[in-house]
Amino acid sequence: MINPKAYLNPKLFDPGVEQAPTRNGYGEGLVLAGEEDEQVVALCADLTESTKAKAFAEKFPQRFIEVGVAEQNLVTVAAGMALLGKIPFASSFATFSPGRNWEQIRTTVCYNDVPVKIVGSHVGVSVGPDGATHQALEDIAMMRSLPNMIVISPADAIEAKKATLAMAKLSKPCYLRLSRDKTPVVTTEQTPFKIGKAEIFYEGDDVAVIATGPMVYRALLAAKELQLRKISVRVINCHTIKPLDKQLVINAAKDCGAIVTAEEHQVTGGLGGAVAEVISQNFPVPLKIIGVEDRFGESGESEELFTKFGLTKEAIMKAITHILRVKER
Amino acid sequence: MNIHKLEETANLIRQDIIKMLLEAGSGHTAGSLGMTDIFAALYFHILNYDPAKPGWSGRDRLVLSNGHICPVLYASMARAGYFPASELKTLRKLGSRLQGHPHRTSLPGIETTSGPLGSGLSQAAGLALAGRMDKASWRVICLTSDGEHDEGNTWEAVMFAGKNKLHNLTAVIDRNNIQIDGFTEDVMPLDSLRAKYEAFNWHVIEIDGHNMQEIINSFNKAKTILEKPTVIIAHTIPGKGVSFMEGKYEWHGKSPNKEETKRALAELKNHD
Repeated sequence: MINPKAYLNPKLFDPGVEQAPTRNGYGEGLVLAGEEDEQVVALCADLTESTKAKAFAEKFPQRFIEVGVAEQNLVTVAAGMALLGKIPFASSFATFSPGRNWEQIRTTVCYNDVPVKIVGSHVGVSVGPDGATHQALEDIAMMRSLPNMIVISPADAIEAKKATLAMAKLSKPCYLRLSRDKTPVVTTEQTPFKIGKAEIFYEGDDVAVIATGPMVYRALLAAKELQLRKISVRVINCHTIKPLDKQLVINAAKDCGAIVTAEEHQVTGGLGGAVAEVISQNFPVPLKIIGVEDRFGESGESEELFTKFGLTKEAIMKAITHILRVKER
Repeated sequence: MNIHKLEETANLIRQDIIKMLLEAGSGHTAGSLGMTDIFAALYFHILNYDPAKPGWSGRDRLVLSNGHICPVLYASMARAGYFPASELKTLRKLGSRLQGHPHRTSLPGIETTSGPLGSGLSQAAGLALAGRMDKASWRVICLTSDGEHDEGNTWEAVMFAGKNKLHNLTAVIDRNNIQIDGFTEDVMPLDSLRAKYEAFNWHVIEIDGHNMQEIINSFNKAKTILEKPTVIIAHTIPGKGVSFMEGKYEWHGKSPNKEETKRALAELKNHD
C-alpha cells in the first residue's frame, strides 16, 4: 500500500493524473531560488527556453548570462563566478553538458569544489523525435564517478522544484537531471524531500523496486497491480543517486531479500550500478537492473520508446516475478 | 620595487625554480623561466594582495591558466610571503601543498585549480563578470600559454569576454612559440594572435616579456582601457636566463639533473 507519510498525489492512479515535465519544475524552482538568494545566477548555452531557465532570465536579466553554443565555456565561466561566491545554475541539454564538458566539470567544478549546479535537461529516450544524439543515457555514470559531485534525478516536476531550491542552499557541486517530456505528478508539496534521503513511496516486503525519475511512476503502477496478485512490493523513490541513501538500500535488501532497480539510463554505471555497489558489499541479494541495455536510443514518440527499450510497468512486473523465483531458489 | 630590484628578484626566482625542479625530479622548466620576469612584476609591483590574508576580498585575482608553470607561481608566492621558502622543496611530493599542478583548496592564495589547458580564461572571465556585478574595483589577471590557444575553450572565452566588454580583465599570452610537440607554428599555427583578438573586440598590447619597464607599462595601460578587455601578448624566450635551455622546446616538460642544475645556477648567479 501507499506509504501515508509520503503524502503522494491522491490522484496518482487515476488515468487522468496531472502531468508536467520535470524541466518545468526546475524553471519554477530557479525563480524561487533567485528570489531567496541574490547570489543565485543562471547561465545558459543557447537553450534558455528549452531548459526552462527563461523565467529566471526575464525576472533577473542582470543575473542571467547567455554564453552561446559553448558548453565548455558555460561551466568554466560558472566556475569562475562561483569562486566569487555566486551560486551558478548552468543549464543545457545533458548530452552537451555534462556530455561535452566533462573534464571542465571535473577540474574546475569538482576538484575546485565550488557550488556550480549543472542542470542537464532532455535525458533518456523520452526526448523522443530528436533521436539518439539528444537522448542522454550516460550522464548519471559520468557525474556520479566524480568526487564532490551530488547527483539528483527527480521523479516529477514538484520534486524537481524542491531539488532546485535545496541545491541552491547546498554549497557543493550538484548535477540535476531533467526530462523534456511530461511525466505524471507523483508527489505533492507535502512529500518529504531531503538531498541524500530516499523515500519509501509504497510499502511491501517481498521485493523492493528502487526507481528514479519517470520510472518511479511506472514502479508504483507495477506495485499496485501486483498487490492484487498478493505480491508485496516496496517502491523506493531514489532521487539522490549520489550520495546514495545506503542505509535505506541495505534495509530494503534485508527486509525484502530481492531488489529491482529502474532508471531511464544505461544499465552501466547508473542507479542500478550504485545499488549493486552497496548491496554486493553489505548484504548481497538477487538484483535485476532495468535500464537501457548498452545501446543508443532512436527517434519516435516518448511512449513508443519507453516500450521499445523495455522501460515500462510491464517490464518491471516481469523483472519482479523473475527475481522472486530467483529468491525462492 | 624599482626596475633594478624587480630584475634582481626575477633572477632569484629563477634560481628557486631550478632548485625546486631538481628536488622534484620532474616538472616544467622552460615556461617557468620564460614567465619569471612577468611574475616578478606582478607579485612585486602590480598586484594588490595581502599574503597574511589570502582571502582578502579586495585583492586582485591572478588566474594561472597554464598551471604546469606553477614552479614560478610557487616561488613568487614564497618570496611574497605566502609561505616559507623552505616549503618549495616539497613540490610534487606526497602530502605537499605544492601539487604538480595548482590546486585551489590545497594552498591559500591559489585562486583556482588549473593544469588541463584552455579553461583558465573563461574562469577569469566569470570572476571578472561576477566582480562587475558586485561593483568591485579589483582586477583579474589571467596568464595563458600560446599552446593553449589550440583549445576551443580558450576561444569561447575570448568571444565571451569581448561580448561582455570585461575591462576589468587582463589576459597575458606567454608567446614563447613552443609547445610539447615542437614549435607552435608547426604544431598548429596561431599567428596572427593580435588580429584574432582584435577581431573579438579586445585591446591588444605586444611587449618584450623580459623588459621590466615594458611589462609594467602594459599592465598600467590595461587599467586605462575601459571599453574592452586587454590582452598582453608577451614575447618571451622559453628557458630564459639559462643558455642551454633558451628556445629549446625539449625543456618544456623536463627538469634539470644535478649537473645541469649546477651549470644553470652558475649562469644565473653571474647575472647578479
